[in-house]
This record gives sequence, structure tokens and C-alpha cells, in this order.
Amino acid sequence: MTRNGPIALIFHSLVVLFMLAPLAIVCLVAFTPENTLSLPTRGLSLRWFEAVFRHPDFVQSFWNSLWLALLSATLAVVLAVPAALAITRWEFRGRGFLNALFLSPLIIPHLVLGVAMLRLFALVGATGSFGWLVAAHIVIVTPYVMRLLIAAITGFDRSVEQAAYSLGASEATVFRRVTLPMILPGVTGGWLIAFINSFDELTMSIFITSPSTVTLPVRMYMYATESIDPMMAAVSAIIVGITAVAVLLLDRVYGLDRILVGQH
Amino acid sequence: MSAAPARLPTPLILSAPAALLFGALILTPLVLTALLSFNEFEHATGRTHGFTVAHYASVLSDSYYLEIFLRTFRVAALATAICVVIGVPEAYILSRMRNPWRSVFLLVVLAPLLVSVVVRAFGWSMLLGPEGPVNAALMALGFGRMRLLYSEGTVIVALVHVMLPFMVIPVWTSLQKLDPAVEQAALSFGASRATAIVRVVAPQILPGILSGSLIVFGLSASAFAIPGLLGGRRLKMVATIVYDQYLSDLNWPMGAAVAVLLLAANLIVMLTYHRVVEGHYRRRLG
Repeated sequence: MTRNGPIALIFHSLVVLFMLAPLAIVCLVAFTPENTLSLPTRGLSLRWFEAVFRHPDFVQSFWNSLWLALLSATLAVVLAVPAALAITRWEFRGRGFLNALFLSPLIIPHLVLGVAMLRLFALVGATGSFGWLVAAHIVIVTPYVMRLLIAAITGFDRSVEQAAYSLGASEATVFRRVTLPMILPGVTGGWLIAFINSFDELTMSIFITSPSTVTLPVRMYMYATESIDPMMAAVSAIIVGITAVAVLLLDRVYGLDRILVGQH
Repeated sequence: MSAAPARLPTPLILSAPAALLFGALILTPLVLTALLSFNEFEHATGRTHGFTVAHYASVLSDSYYLEIFLRTFRVAALATAICVVIGVPEAYILSRMRNPWRSVFLLVVLAPLLVSVVVRAFGWSMLLGPEGPVNAALMALGFGRMRLLYSEGTVIVALVHVMLPFMVIPVWTSLQKLDPAVEQAALSFGASRATAIVRVVAPQILPGILSGSLIVFGLSASAFAIPGLLGGRRLKMVATIVYDQYLSDLNWPMGAAVAVLLLAANLIVMLTYHRVVEGHYRRRLG
């Protein structure tokens, strides 16, 4: 086993510093007692976090984003489980097309999806509706769920199902008692990654949200283009915190490297 | 006596709900947008009707739009090149670490991917701002205060930060498939460290580098939040110009034409990627 030399380790430290610096500064500045964006040199203060919770727009956007992410992640899983089963277990006409269709949001820029949905919503008179926003988010998070589910379904031993059938279990029982438990890590991992992606989505949402459905990233984008004060840092720190919790959960239930690096 | 596993009626029933949703919310809006890009636009009333290729003609001939397309291309290409220069060695270094460090640092390098891009852009605007630590360091070194924000350089730096995981991931994956014994063999036959890397490791991870580059390029060229927040009002890129056309000028057909061109460019990049990567594997197998 060869080891990394000193130059490699210095390079590595710089890359780690580069990756963490923007997140670290956001979290530090959030605790500043000053009125301007500055590092907290004279003690720490929670006043800007308090300001966030008193700011009705941010609070409303936070709840919008939370509901949106919960609903779209859950519905994406509900739609993706049967679709992933169909794609992995049957040969049928249009299978390749459906597979490509379900993964297509990964290669279509979110900007293009945003303007396209805006056009559709304007034509059907659904601009600013929360339900249609959820539907749009389901579409963009489903590919992440599909990828994990397809990996989970292809990777498991079908003889266990055969055994259950031969012992007289019905299809519904086999699905509930055998198939679902075996693909459960894929389902929960997929749900979490879908949740994170929906919660963070900006580029598509900015086109299709209305003042009452504005999500947190869109609110932050709007806020940052107009004024910048430490409240923005406090919101960012909260988001970093929520993401960190989600990442740790994800690492626990599925393994972060498996999700991000993938096995196919 | 064992019952053959009963078949569900048809896989189409299972995939129908998702397929309907994707048909309604991916295919339909894309077709509608493509059609919209050929509509005429009346500035006075904002109505759209008729058929014209004027939007495409003006995007492809107007120097204002050409400059934006060129800038977007240049910024995306530079961000991609820097991602290769940083991401490939970093993936190699990570792959040679031992656990637990290897898992810890893989997490450190990849996890920022999951933090909202608005937060990361905001972090960079503070790091590079007039009162930020980078300027403080420059002053301490005697360079004086520099105006770093709202420049192409800042947009590129932030893009590299956002895209680096997309480069590390495929390179890491191809490094995992590599047999370390081959590199050892090269070394024991007297090859230098550098020769072993260039002649043995590099050719094997080339598909990973290539696929990472195309993903990074595609995502950088369509990036919205980074140029929007760090490019300021002057430094427009394709994504921010589409946003302006839709939400400020309300010239939807024009915005649609730019969006269609962006999608077409992106699809060409992605399909090339598929071709190249699959071709590579076929050659290796055949």
C-alpha cells in the first residue's frame, strides 16, 4: 500500500479548506452581534437567528419548503416503486423509452424545466398553485429515487420471493412481507435524497412560485439580490444544519458514499 | 406442486402513473415551449401569436446575445478545466487514503453537494467581499484591497466549488475499479512514480475524467444561481438572460428560444458523453 507524500497532503488540505470555507464563514457570521456581515470578534449572539424567526416571509417560506419537500419526496417514492419494478423485472415495448423518460430530468437543465412548466401552468391557469408546484417537484426528484430503487431491485435474490410464492403467499403478501423489506434501504435512501433535492431546489422553482408559495431557496435568492445583512447568514446556517442532519441520517440508513458515488 | 409466480397484469399498469405525470410535466411543457419560441411577440400588448424564426435569428446574429453565449461557454470551459486539475488529483489522493480518513474526507468533499447552492454562493460573496477574509489576507500581504466580486473570476471560483464533487465522483468510481497491483507492477519494473501515474493510472481513469468533464460543463453552462448572485447586473450568462426575458422583459418567446438553444446544446453534450463512454467500454471489451 503506497502512501500519500507531503505534497499530496498539502494539496489535499487546500482542497478541503476550499470546500469548507464558504460553509464555515456562513455559520460563523450567523453568530455575529454586529449589524453588518462580519466575523463575530466581540462575542457570539443569537440575535440574527431570532430575527429570522420573527421575519414572517422567511418563516412562511420555510414551511412551504418543508411541506413541499415532504409531499414531493413521499409521492415520488409512491410513483417510483411500481415503475422501478416494471422497468427492472419485465421486458416490454417502450421499456427503454420509459427508463429514459424517468431519468430525463437529470439531463434537462432545471432552468429549461422551469420556463417550460411556467408556460404549461400559464396555459392551464395553474400559475402559483401549490399542488402543481408539488407535481413539478415530484418530477425532478423522481430520477434520484429511481436510480436507488433500480439498484436495490436488481441487486436482490429473487429466490426468496419464489420461496414465499411456493409456500402459498399471495402477491400482495409477497410484496409487503418480502419485496418491500428487501428494497427498504433503497426506498428510505431515495426518499431522503429526494427530500434534500426538493428542499434545496432553486432554479426551477423561481419560475413557478407565487408570492404565497415562495420556497426558502427562492426567498433567499430574492433577499440576497436586494439587501444583504447577517439575517441571510443565519438562514444559511439553519439550512446547513438541516442538511447536515439529513446527510448523517442518509449516511446511517444507506451510506452516503453509496448514494453519491453510486454502484452502476 | 409449487405455484408459478403469478404475473401482475402488465408492467405498463405499474409504470402508468409515473409515465402520465412525466408526459404531462416533461414532454408537454417542452413541446409547448418549443412552439412558443416560434411565436411572434408584440412589445406593446405582450401578446404572442403567429409563426416566426426572428427570435432564433436575433439570438444567433445579435452581438449582445453572442457575447453572452461566448461568455457562458468560456466560463463553463474554464470551470471544467479547473475541476479536472483539482478534482482528478484529489480523487487519486482520496483513493490512496486509509479508512477512516478516506470515508471522512470523501464525505467532506462530496457533502457540500447537498447544501443549497444559494447558501454556497452567499458564502463565496462573503469570502470574497470587500471586508472578507480573502481581501484581509491580500491587504496583509501588501496587495491592497481588490474588487473581487461581480467578476468572471468569482463566478468561475464559485462554479468550481459547486461542480468539484461531480468531477471527483466519476474519477473516484473509475479508480475503485483499478487494480492497484498493476501500478505496483509498473513501479517494481523500475518505472518512476510519475511514469506509473501517466502511463498506467491515467489511461484507465480517462473515461471517468471525460464523463466528469461533460457533466461539469453541462451544469456550469446552465448554472443560474451562481452567475445570478455573484455576477451582478452586468455579467450576464445564458441562464440569467432567460430569467430576465421571462420575468423582467416578459418577452417569453425570446426567452423560450434561448432556453431551447440551451437545452439543445446540453443534450448534444450529454449524448456525446454517452457515445464516448460507451464506445470506450466497447473497445475495451472487444
